[in-house]
Amino acid sequence: MTMTDTRKSILLSIGLLFLFVFIGELVTGDGSRHKKNLTEYETLMGLGEKQAHVPGPIEVAKLAVKELRHPFYDNGPNDKGIGTQLFFSILRVMAGYLLSVIIAVPLGFLIGMSPVFYKALQPYIQILKPISPLAWMPLALFVIKDSILSSVFVIFICSIWPMLINTAFGVMSVKSDFLNVGKTLEMNNVKMAFTIILPAALPTIFTGLRISMGISWLVIVAAEMLVGGTGIGYYVWNEWNNLDLASVVFSILMIGIVGMALDAMIAYISKYFDYQE
Amino acid sequence: MPVNSLDDPFNENSDLSHGAGCSCKSCHSKDVGMVENLPSSDEDIVNRFVETSIVKSIFNGNDMQRRNFIKTVGAGTFRAALLSIIPLGALQACVNDTKKKVENGGATNAAASKLEKTTLNIGFVPITCATPIIMSKPLGFYEKYGLDVNVIKTAGWAVARDKSLNKEYDASHMLTPMPLAMTMGAGSTSANYIMPAVENINGQAICLHNKHKNKRDPKMWKGFKFGVPFEYSMHNFLLRYYVAEFGLDPDKDIQIRVVPPPEMVANLKAGNLDGYLSPDPFNQRAVYEGVGFLHMLTKEIWEGHPCCAFACSEAFAKKHPNTYAALFSAIIDATNYSSKHENRSTISEAIAPKNYLNQPASVIKQVLTGKYADGLGNVLNEPNRIGFDPFPWHSMGVWILTQMKRWGYVKKDIDYKKIAEQVYLAAECGAKMKALGYDAPSTTYKKHIIMGKEFDPNHPEDYVNSFAIKA
Repeated sequence: MTMTDTRKSILLSIGLLFLFVFIGELVTGDGSRHKKNLTEYETLMGLGEKQAHVPGPIEVAKLAVKELRHPFYDNGPNDKGIGTQLFFSILRVMAGYLLSVIIAVPLGFLIGMSPVFYKALQPYIQILKPISPLAWMPLALFVIKDSILSSVFVIFICSIWPMLINTAFGVMSVKSDFLNVGKTLEMNNVKMAFTIILPAALPTIFTGLRISMGISWLVIVAAEMLVGGTGIGYYVWNEWNNLDLASVVFSILMIGIVGMALDAMIAYISKYFDYQE
Repeated sequence: MPVNSLDDPFNENSDLSHGAGCSCKSCHSKDVGMVENLPSSDEDIVNRFVETSIVKSIFNGNDMQRRNFIKTVGAGTFRAALLSIIPLGALQACVNDTKKKVENGGATNAAASKLEKTTLNIGFVPITCATPIIMSKPLGFYEKYGLDVNVIKTAGWAVARDKSLNKEYDASHMLTPMPLAMTMGAGSTSANYIMPAVENINGQAICLHNKHKNKRDPKMWKGFKFGVPFEYSMHNFLLRYYVAEFGLDPDKDIQIRVVPPPEMVANLKAGNLDGYLSPDPFNQRAVYEGVGFLHMLTKEIWEGHPCCAFACSEAFAKKHPNTYAALFSAIIDATNYSSKHENRSTISEAIAPKNYLNQPASVIKQVLTGKYADGLGNVLNEPNRIGFDPFPWHSMGVWILTQMKRWGYVKKDIDYKKIAEQVYLAAECGAKMKALGYDAPSTTYKKHIIMGKEFDPNHPEDYVNSFAIKA
């Protein structure tokens, strides 16, 4: 019996997982210091309790089961379940992201239609694009005077550039054949923009949207670690505070999973707007 | 301020005719000494006021008649006669109780309805210094005064400051130098902040990495990288003071970095820091994790030094006077409760969970009870490792300002006492402590001894100039 490539790759994936868990368990401990009959000094030094340690995969899995069983628990303003924290983060990401979509796509469109404008704005965009979210944060907090709006703003300002550039680029690189067809049909500019340029540029625009979504999700974790309060970034920070690395690893996994889901969502939507030449 | 009208009504020499806005010389001139026998505490003022009203009403407000009468019959006789027909003590107690109820917002719902705002957000940085602010929530001190408080964990002091300035927090846990710096606009936008109460005294430590066990003499610390939680912190000023006494210039010979307290242990472990002067439980946590040892407690530098503070904006206190008074009472009550050693174990358990400090209770207990392992093989017993005393001495404020001046955080000439008195509400705190039945100091300035050197708050500028090492 011969296996298909898909099947081979699935088996390989599972094999890698087992290998990873096996090696992970070998190289990590559970943090207990295995001492009995402690003197008073040793008790105070915490030799009878578990020390901060890098957790093994099984420990993280156990914790994940425990946390995911009650994802929305609420023990006060500083201790909420992972589901609640992720919900807050996603909400903020969506707010900042949608804001930048609303601004970046039309603006990028206009820039793309005028090569002079595109070139004039290039230096500014290139300077603003690589700025880290953490660098924006103090300025945002000072000016906006609200920590939640500040994190939304930081997502906005970091995610707007890839969209802007990709939209402009997509609009600029619409084939001149397409435009000439429009001209022979005596289309006006508005009609040309919506019936020819937009559909032709959409795949490039969506690439920008996807990159931006990834950036937004990166930004939110950093922003929330800085300002605290709620969100998955705060969750990581709070566990780091207690050197509880099992929870940190668990939240890293959750950040990865949610990030993957958000990316898949944009990719799924973009399929509807793709075209074949 | 015309204070003469509060003079003893049973004294033939006192003159009670001075009212509010009185323009006579004895009410305004600084040359004329204040009349004796003036009541000092809030409670005494009320008592005196009740007495005076009764006495005045007997003579229909004619002060000359009162003085003549007392001269004839004698003060003692008059007082005895009056007391035989009027239950003065009971009246005074009654008025005082009513006043207290109004001030505190009261424990009852009826009184609580007078609070301008009952749901408050108070920020804290997760360290043991914040104990009174944090434990008031699980142990019900806010509730007792009719307040529904959310205590919100904050990642560091820069964020606590910004969230306070943004009014996201109604009040916040801060470091004692912060409200001074904020009021002066040093390292932040200028906003009038007030500090009604100190949270804790002592309670910090210098913690070094285990690899430095043989370098106990600070002279060997050249090139060390130290962490402090914030620039405007007692930690920064005490560390600078300490190394400077050993001849090291903190700006040249060592490196001082600002590291938020929760990140201290991880940085020490990673070798990014050689040591830190930081709030607990992070000193004890480093010992517990086997990463560092306690070089010394800060109480050995300055016994009874202030550390963290309860602070809010002046605007908040003015806009919500009843809420502010109730909150203030809750904090004073809680601070007093924390100061008692028999409560420390209960508190350790109450503030250990994730919602508050998120630390092992056994670590917090070592800090609060003062029975701890130093990481060098000894179990030490130091009950005063951390203390809780709300009184914000003006002299402490002046000392902090001298250090800001010394290290160049403030460049211009400043009126030390004026700023300290504007920000540190020592008199208010004293009155509140007395009103709640606790002992309070009767002065707001005293001399402090720091590493054997006396600090006289009356000569701050001389003190700054007396140091060989300064910025």
